[in-house]
Amino acid sequence: MTDSPTDTPNAPSDPPARRRWMSILARAQAAEIAERLDALPPPPPHRRLRGPETGLVMVRGRAGGDGAPFNLGEMTVTRCSLRLEDGVVGHGYVAGRDARQAELAALVDALMQNPARRPALEAAVIAPLAEAQAARRDAQARRAAATRVEFFTMTQMR
Amino acid sequence: MYVATKGGERAIGAAHAWLDETRRGDTSLPEITAAQLAEQLGLAVDRVMAEGSCHDRGLAALAVKQSKGDLIEAAFLLRAYRTTLPRFGASLPLDTDRMAIQRRISATYKDLPGGQVLGPTFDYTHRLLDFSLAAAGGPRSGPPEAEASAEATPRVTEMLAREGLMQREASIEAEPGDLTREPLSFPADRPLRLQALARGDEGFLLSLGYSTQRGYGGNHPFVGEIRMGEVAVEFTPPELGFAIDLGDITVTECQMVNQFKGSRTEPPQFTRGYGLVFGHGERKAMSMALVDRALRAPELGEASDSPAQQQEFVLSHCDNVEATGFVEHLKLPHYVDFQSELESVRTMRASVEKTS
Repeated sequence: MTDSPTDTPNAPSDPPARRRWMSILARAQAAEIAERLDALPPPPPHRRLRGPETGLVMVRGRAGGDGAPFNLGEMTVTRCSLRLEDGVVGHGYVAGRDARQAELAALVDALMQNPARRPALEAAVIAPLAEAQAARRDAQARRAAATRVEFFTMTQMR
Repeated sequence: MYVATKGGERAIGAAHAWLDETRRGDTSLPEITAAQLAEQLGLAVDRVMAEGSCHDRGLAALAVKQSKGDLIEAAFLLRAYRTTLPRFGASLPLDTDRMAIQRRISATYKDLPGGQVLGPTFDYTHRLLDFSLAAAGGPRSGPPEAEASAEATPRVTEMLAREGLMQREASIEAEPGDLTREPLSFPADRPLRLQALARGDEGFLLSLGYSTQRGYGGNHPFVGEIRMGEVAVEFTPPELGFAIDLGDITVTECQMVNQFKGSRTEPPQFTRGYGLVFGHGERKAMSMALVDRALRAPELGEASDSPAQQQEFVLSHCDNVEATGFVEHLKLPHYVDFQSELESVRTMRASVEKTS
């Protein structure tokens, strides 16, 4: 079975690095990824192995925040697996129903596994996306900080 | 017994066409979009995601539009849609400790590490209708910002647990039961109860929570902590074998702290009631936490004679989609049923009249 999505001829590069870029791609809009990919030479052709297809992931919580796991409810997730002509398989798993985002995420995942391509992609796609996401998080944190209560101890006034 | 009836198709078609027209309303006004609902009626959308038990803002907003704002109908639509999708698996349990906090308050500690953060709240508003919102809004100035602190925001329950004053949660890593796969049976364990409560009706849980405060199974609760913000959803695709983030979702968590007198095996301490819901749903999270704690009465050796403490009563009736189905089925034709009732009342009446 050469078409199995689990078939990865190139040994997957180190999980922490791959986890990082896949997580960044999951948080990016399809248009953001596409726009940044356009700045690079066109990627080699790819063939879809699975999807893009939308399904559900059951989101779990923990009793009391740190106890036994329980099923909180489901969320929509879209996934895609594809193969580049050199045989490298890429996967995309993204929250929501955007098929284009899942396919672009899988494409970038496949491209990033090639050490020769990785630095250019990191600089043109992954790093700018990570920066934009950090900026969004920072803006939220700054708004939250403005609503932090500063208590003053009342001193007796005489 | 139900009888098949024919001849209703034309009437049903006309009724649905009229429904479509009333949904659209006055066509001289612009049509609202699902995206506008997701942005501007965000709390309605959050409630539909929670009670529809499916996190997808776009789908929930579409359901709100289709249901003309009937949120239980919208939850029903979302539940029906989810049955058409395959399930890829289950996420790792959310780590709410690492939440990007938008709101975080405690009623038990004023000066807790990480501080009290009000976030976008209705609290402290005067509840006066704001007529400036009735006019087409011009650009409003954005909220102020301040330097974000890097200070950690430890859980209040953890602070008490470290002192030995808060009962630790059971450290079980068992696969939790799933009531979407196996119908509930009783007694239900805590993970199953929490799943049922998380998708339960906000109004029902609010009333039950309120009943515990008014003396029906009360245990003097304090809000140890409420936090709302984004958490990463981590998932391990089988083909990868390691976890990746699928994205972030907004959730609201409530830790209710309740006194526990102690038992033969446990010293007096605090115990917790827990609430966790999709989206910004503080009333629901608080109600869920009150009811979760009430349902723990048997395991803590407390009397359980109030409605909120009886799991079969609470869990069998908290689901508004199920409840709607059974209440609303009463309007379907029961002609034959009723014919037999009619016969029986006539017979009884006849025998009463004969003897008198």
